Amino acid sequence: MSIILKTEKLRVEYRSREIRQGTKVALHGLDLEVGTGEVFGFLGPNGAGKTTTMNVLLGFVPPTSGSAYLFGIDVRQPIARQRIGYLPELTYYYKFLNAEELLRFYAKIFGLPRAVADRRIAELLKLVELESAARRPIKSYSKGMQQRVGLAQALINDPDLLVLDEPTSGLDPLGRMKVREIIQRLKNEGKTVFFSSHELGEVESVCDRVAIIHQGQLKAIGRVAEITGTHANLEKAFLEIVGYQKEPAS
Amino acid sequence: MRNTIAVAGIVIKELYRRKDFYVLFIVTILICLVMASINIYNDANVVRYIKEVCLDLIWVCTLVVAVTTTARQIPAERENRTLLPLLAKPLTRVELILGKFLGCWLACGLALLCFYLFFGALAASREHHWFLTNYLQAGVMQWFMLGMVVALSLLGSLVFAAPSSNATICFVIIGGILFVGRHLDQEALQLAEPLRGLVLCLYFVLPHLEFYDLRDLVVQNWPPVAWEYIGLALLYAVFYQFIFLIGACLVFRRKAVN
Repeated sequence: MSIILKTEKLRVEYRSREIRQGTKVALHGLDLEVGTGEVFGFLGPNGAGKTTTMNVLLGFVPPTSGSAYLFGIDVRQPIARQRIGYLPELTYYYKFLNAEELLRFYAKIFGLPRAVADRRIAELLKLVELESAARRPIKSYSKGMQQRVGLAQALINDPDLLVLDEPTSGLDPLGRMKVREIIQRLKNEGKTVFFSSHELGEVESVCDRVAIIHQGQLKAIGRVAEITGTHANLEKAFLEIVGYQKEPAS
Repeated sequence: MRNTIAVAGIVIKELYRRKDFYVLFIVTILICLVMASINIYNDANVVRYIKEVCLDLIWVCTLVVAVTTTARQIPAERENRTLLPLLAKPLTRVELILGKFLGCWLACGLALLCFYLFFGALAASREHHWFLTNYLQAGVMQWFMLGMVVALSLLGSLVFAAPSSNATICFVIIGGILFVGRHLDQEALQLAEPLRGLVLCLYFVLPHLEFYDLRDLVVQNWPPVAWEYIGLALLYAVFYQFIFLIGACLVFRRKAVN
């Protein structure tokens, strides 16, 4: 299994706009490795540094120190993003376009030939069940439909690595199940999926390995069974790893 | 280049799907048609006043389209978070800036073409003659001037986060250059050093947008300007577009987009 995603001593500091607050360290020397074909869950409480890690991997934020690689290429080079798909946590797309136009635009950015793009767009609209709404402006879509368009755009280039930032956030149970099915399908196709989520039950069911990050530091990494260990489930293990203690009953 | 063209295509699509341009175009048509329907004092040359007002409106409307369309491009992408999925693709920030510039400039060109077609029809209906070379020169010069305005607004949109503040500042700068810029050298001569040197520097550094104002040529039906002068003015415009775009790329290069 070759390494597809790698970070080495990744450190990110944000300078606060308030003079007295100085800098905030979002990541403290994060080391991560994700191999080909893995479904990797990236877990942590809010503000732990999950989105920051993804932002560095996607080139949105430059690391303060350390490095990150996708397919062995430094993430600062745009070519590193040729074989990845990305779904942000909150999906917003050009409201004046419809789903088909949006997918065609992204297909152009990936340089897909017209015939390939046409076929791919038709496949994806079918996959995310938006065929009937393909020509409707995105501004008329519900949140679940927008999330599905987001998933379709993330898959337009048939990526080898899919980066999903809380893909099921705000979705109804049906939408969540659909996303889970798609992740499972990608796993069966041998794709690598790197995703963050707060839905630990979902993570337990689809992930091969997970990493738990807290206050910018990697707290645990391994197979789901290894992390769960003697605990009843992943949620219990997660709470213990991040140091949550139940308040004693008075 | 492929990515730049793809981004430019989206900008043009946005322009023709929004109402801004149509509102300005219809208002211009209505004002000009109302003016053209009356003949004050039975003046045979009244057509020149109509042409002048129409060209003034075209100048104002295309400047509004150029500044407002460009000023919202990057801030709106950031605010709506459409920038994230876009930059997660193999698209460089330079390509994005160039795409935005090209899209806004072409969109302004299309808007200008519509306005000039209407102007040509209006002028021909009264003069029974088309001064095509004059219209072409005026249109091309104005388009390249709008290119400088678009590049300046794009740079401003990366410095000022809110589209409204950027648009206001751009309008003030452009208005200042158009109305005051051309007189700065004369004003400098009346000042003492070191202020004189500073004002003279400003005169030479600022892009002289007034060079591109050929309204009198069109209104008075003067003979066309020699093409070599037009060529030099276009090179001057390209130089300033290049400078503003380099500035925009440098500002955007290290900007965190999260």
